[in-house]
Amino acid sequence: MLDKAFKEKLMAIVGQDNVLDSKENQVAFSYDATPGFQSLPDAVVFPGSTEDVQAIVKLCREMKTPTVPRGSGTNLSAGTCPVQGGIVLSFQRMDQILELDEENLTLTVQPGVVTQKICEYVEARGFFYPPDPSSMKISTIGGNIMENSGGLRGLKYGVTRDYVLGLTVVLANGDILHTGGKLAKDVAGYDLTRLMVGSEGTLGIVTEAILKLVPPPPSKMTMLSVYESMDDAAETVSAIIAAKIIPATLEFLDRATIEVVEDYAHVGLPTEAAAILLIEQDGDPEVVKRDIQQIADICRKHGARSVQTAQTAEEAQALLTARRTALSACARKRPTTILEDATVPRSKVADMVKAINRIAEKYQLTICTFGHAGDGNLHPTVLTDVRDQDEMARVEKAFQEIFATAIELGGTITGEHGVGAMKAPYLKWKIGDSGIRTMQAIKTALDPDNLLNPGKLFVPDHANSVGTGNPASAPTQTAERMMKK
Amino acid sequence: MSRVTTDAERNAIQQAFRQKLDEDELLNCMRCGFCLPACPTYIMTKQEAASPRGRIALMKGVYDGTIAYDDDIGRQLDLCLGCRACETACPSGVKYGHLLENARSAINENKRKTLKEKAIRKLTFKDLFPNQKRMRQVTGLVRLYQKSGLKKLAEATGAINILPETLRTMQSILPEIPDAKAMRERPVHLAPIFVDQPSAAETATTHANIATNEEAPINHNAENPVKRVAFFAGCLMDTMFLKTNEATLKLLQLSGCEIFIPPDQACCGALHGHSGEAAGARELAKRNIEAFEKLDCDTIVTNAGGCGAYLIDYAHLLADDPEWSERAARFSSCIKDLSEVLLECGFLEKYHLSLPNQVVTFQDSCHLRNVMQTATAPRRLLQAIDGITYRELREADVCCGSAGIYNLLHEDMATGLIDRKMGHVKNIMPHVIVTANPGCLLQMKFGIKRHGLESKMEAVHIADLLLKSVSGC
Repeated sequence: MLDKAFKEKLMAIVGQDNVLDSKENQVAFSYDATPGFQSLPDAVVFPGSTEDVQAIVKLCREMKTPTVPRGSGTNLSAGTCPVQGGIVLSFQRMDQILELDEENLTLTVQPGVVTQKICEYVEARGFFYPPDPSSMKISTIGGNIMENSGGLRGLKYGVTRDYVLGLTVVLANGDILHTGGKLAKDVAGYDLTRLMVGSEGTLGIVTEAILKLVPPPPSKMTMLSVYESMDDAAETVSAIIAAKIIPATLEFLDRATIEVVEDYAHVGLPTEAAAILLIEQDGDPEVVKRDIQQIADICRKHGARSVQTAQTAEEAQALLTARRTALSACARKRPTTILEDATVPRSKVADMVKAINRIAEKYQLTICTFGHAGDGNLHPTVLTDVRDQDEMARVEKAFQEIFATAIELGGTITGEHGVGAMKAPYLKWKIGDSGIRTMQAIKTALDPDNLLNPGKLFVPDHANSVGTGNPASAPTQTAERMMKK
Repeated sequence: MSRVTTDAERNAIQQAFRQKLDEDELLNCMRCGFCLPACPTYIMTKQEAASPRGRIALMKGVYDGTIAYDDDIGRQLDLCLGCRACETACPSGVKYGHLLENARSAINENKRKTLKEKAIRKLTFKDLFPNQKRMRQVTGLVRLYQKSGLKKLAEATGAINILPETLRTMQSILPEIPDAKAMRERPVHLAPIFVDQPSAAETATTHANIATNEEAPINHNAENPVKRVAFFAGCLMDTMFLKTNEATLKLLQLSGCEIFIPPDQACCGALHGHSGEAAGARELAKRNIEAFEKLDCDTIVTNAGGCGAYLIDYAHLLADDPEWSERAARFSSCIKDLSEVLLECGFLEKYHLSLPNQVVTFQDSCHLRNVMQTATAPRRLLQAIDGITYRELREADVCCGSAGIYNLLHEDMATGLIDRKMGHVKNIMPHVIVTANPGCLLQMKFGIKRHGLESKMEAVHIADLLLKSVSGC
């Protein structure tokens, strides 16, 4: 519950109905999609405009209260979990598409628009917005921008960062910052747009965005390649890239993932296969046909048991939709699913897949592996049970080893899910002391009181957590907050 | 009408949560949020607490003891329609419906109620629905109201306006109640009807004879039925919607089914279960299992998605009762919707269906779709009718707001949902909205009336439309 005077001031800004601090709402905004993290905010506030956000941020600064922006809470690194309490800013009311500029190929949106709505809106008008995170049906564009979300089409089209041209941001001191614009070129000073994209709500709060649109591909083809061995599938991925073909989508699913996805989606996936690749190419019909042909040849050459092309658009759509449910479908097997998104250079995908299998065996864990293989972005997902302390300790160790391996292979600890609270202890592994110092300098310059989404990205050295329900850190914190509130 | 929860009740409710809720199921929700866009109350409110993910977090909070139960939580669980669209959307396979029902039962059993609430609950759950004779008497009163001129009088004098809008409109759209004799004298066994029927490929001119059963040669061959089935009549379907039950039986007969209708069957108990009256629901479940297991039928046909879904859930309802769990599982495995049974019996191969040219759409019954997993069968049947243009309704899989008696208890939410639904209906302007459950049927009629579309379209049960298409009349 909020202090009465504080609450009244918040209500004066956004109206009585848009400040919620009942126990019910504290619980509902205490989590995101990251296992093991839960912490009650003091209140949830629903701003209606940039000015509302500005007034709230100023007030929170006065009250020394953290502000945590939140879209739909599909975050996978505990980025939207209010680990230090404070005010959750929820953008459900700011959910308008403001302008489609057909001449400049841009779309101006508020942060609360659901990503899929953007895709459908522009596609109905003959444009294309490529970033398509698996949660696109639920996630908001504000969340995508703050996390720099990827997706299935990332291989060819890039990620959210590549489609953000300009932002309106409320800074920690209450200033309203406008970055970029409807410009194809703009080198006026530091690239603050790129600084903000992927900053996980720690540097500022996005209240408006100008997105880049592209012309839609005139045609596409979707293909399923089936393997008896995981290594064959992984090697195919590297071979396709080495052949200088960039498909729009190149997804990898191992047997355990195929089973759970098929169990849910019933799209006819071969559940007895060791691995499949889901491949899509788009573009001019002749090019698509030629590429798919070539890819099919490469698949066969690398041991594919069968290579099939989707016969209808519906069939293709069903396959891709099924793939998007992979993470959640894994929860069919065990109560707790913990996924990571360690990413390696594309040429190292096969090495990484092998390493994951070796690590799973070493720590006697069930790990489903799927992901955007073409990006080198894999999602090893441990199926476990938070109640099993012994197993959770092994999970922690396994993930540490996966991260270490990824970095050894020239990769990173997170490709698209963000650092958040979950991977904060490992950020240093990737960027080193100078990296941490540089990032902290930026953070301190923009948010000296550490009130914007505190507890994310940076943590004290002793913390220990990859979100394994993390016996050492977050749950204790959670329990304390839960009890305190 | 409910009172504030006391501390003692809070503790008792938390204890009951620990006993009744399945911890694995609570943990299985990994909070991905895939359920959000499927949830009608989330669609309407955009409130996380009004989503399945939010409600599970609330249940888990009380279960874990991290939060104390309070009336906000109770209200939030009550606001759920129980449509279970979240289960269809959930890749993790969380059985939300079971969690919700157990939570409601934990609350209901441990919270003292006002005298008024107690009286209403006793009347509904103990005296009326479990007792088919009383159901007939009460619906008989509605008939009296309709036939005696009272209805006209109430409407003409404006006396009707003392009722809230939903009830006021509802009373005007109820079907004409059959007379007491018709409701009393129900068949217990029906032989299949074999008609020397021209195949679907032949012309449409001769099949008009079938419905009258007079000119077409008929063969009542009970020895060789295509299938032996039992029919679950349903308390509302067998009184207020008797005509639809008769159409259902006729369709089954025409498909070659021999039908058994045990007279000792009872209300399915859905209303009890959804309202936290688990004990009453179990009693009814046992009565039904006993009534049907005597018959040598591996198919029990229902024509109401709400009932069918609850019958399928008997296996869950009685899972912890050693004497009944196996019998319940066997019973549940027999439950099938009319549309599936018709397709299995080759109904489409046997008959050529036709109707005058018209646009038809189908509004899913949530429980038929999300619990019985039947969504394509009714559409296949409708699309097979010559003369109709089938148009899919946007958000046909989103609840219409009926949800049992929800529309009477949560008028604002239910009205919001039907208004949204009618918005989509207006985009395709069908002549007929087909449904597969009495609650949905009444709610769609309500929506049509509320939006002044009575002269443009009607809502019908799929059995009635199908029989009409066989007869061609």
